[in-house]
Amino acid sequence: MRPEDFDFIAKLLKDRSGLVITRDKAYLLESRLTPVARKRGLKGLDDLVASLRTAGEDLLREVTEAMTTNESFFFRDIKPFDQFKDVVLPAMLKTRAAKKSFRIWSAASSSGQEAYSLAMILKEEAPKMPGWRVEIVGTDISNEMLEKAKAGLYSQFEVQRGLPIQLLVKYFKKNNEMWQIDPSIRAMVQFREYNLLHDLKSLGQFDVVFCRNVLIYFDQPTKGRVLDNISKIIPDDGFLYLGGAETVLGISDKFKPIPEQRGIYCRNLGGASAAPSGFGGVR
Amino acid sequence: MKSCLIVDDSKVIRMVARKILHELSFTTVEAEDGQQALDRCKEALPDAVLLDWNMPVMNGIDFLRELRKLPGGDKPVVVFCTTENDIDHIQEAITAGANEYIMKPFDSEILQAKFSQVGLL
Ligand SMILES: C[S@@+](CC[C@H](N)C(=O)[O-])C[C@H]1O[C@@H](n2cnc3c(N)ncnc32)[C@H](O)[C@@H]1O
Repeated sequence: MRPEDFDFIAKLLKDRSGLVITRDKAYLLESRLTPVARKRGLKGLDDLVASLRTAGEDLLREVTEAMTTNESFFFRDIKPFDQFKDVVLPAMLKTRAAKKSFRIWSAASSSGQEAYSLAMILKEEAPKMPGWRVEIVGTDISNEMLEKAKAGLYSQFEVQRGLPIQLLVKYFKKNNEMWQIDPSIRAMVQFREYNLLHDLKSLGQFDVVFCRNVLIYFDQPTKGRVLDNISKIIPDDGFLYLGGAETVLGISDKFKPIPEQRGIYCRNLGGASAAPSGFGGVR
Repeated sequence: MKSCLIVDDSKVIRMVARKILHELSFTTVEAEDGQQALDRCKEALPDAVLLDWNMPVMNGIDFLRELRKLPGGDKPVVVFCTTENDIDHIQEAITAGANEYIMKPFDSEILQAKFSQVGLL
């Protein structure tokens, strides 16, 4: 691939999705974009780049989507979901007792496993929270993944990565070779397209934000910008989750880690209190 | 080191499972059917059992029911590992006291995920 072609695609991807692709990862362009080229009747990557230079929105979007990494699984890393049940949810029940509602955002929801894991926890905990309304919103830049998430259909391999067997039996039905999540769980989550690089205000406020395993693809300034934008839609006593390989430290001063709760962050309101009020689980 | 009893009538599956479990730092014992497995358990209870369903002499579900009746037989963590992949079988296994359930084909990633879910890792 010619250097100017590489630079052109790299810039396109960074502008559209934040994805940083370095020269040593050029093979990723080959492996993921050659199928896109073929589908359009183009010979290969070179022809694809040529048409990209004059392409309309459809092709640009398709290329951007094709370059996303969508791996996800139910209850990924387990711990964050245990923390949600044992620490974050009790804090919400306490601080939101007056209005009996709160909102959760799965900010790069991919095929939906993260959002549905949270929905299943809430369903299991429902007896403890009569009359509560919890809204879960899953967003992603990839329409293909959003469609999969909405359908709630997973392969045998996917339902075996992280999903406890009791929950499989309880909330899934076998549909030929696939497993489909129960309509009652599906109804708890709304999925819609949203680009994290855009202004997030139109999404409204979220009390708990899961933004896991997506910042790793961005460079430092982009990470910082996204975290700052997220801070504008999280209330002072809200929670932010990042992935196992991600942190706010050295990237954004809008958040700070919560002591003893690895992976969870709260707003950094000038160093006064160590944790949001109503946060009784720690210490 | 934790111990795992591998119960499967296929030599190949036992070998694959053994290899993965050794990588996860388990000591392993093997049995070709439920009866052999029960005999092993009467000698010494393992921490975990990786259990096939369809086997000659005594099948996996009958073994599990017998195991749970042994003194201390509620302790071993039992993970089914079988080609039976319909809800009825899974439900029956849970009712009989299985802790987790793997649908074949499986790989080291699935086995590892399931073992950590039940607290074996
Ligand atoms: C590896 S998945 C993470 C899924 C899930 N959060 C988890 O931790 O398992 C990353 C997702 O981020 C999405 N993504 C990448 N860039 C994005 C952007 N700028 N805006 C929204 N989503 C984006 C991708 O489409 C992909 O589905």
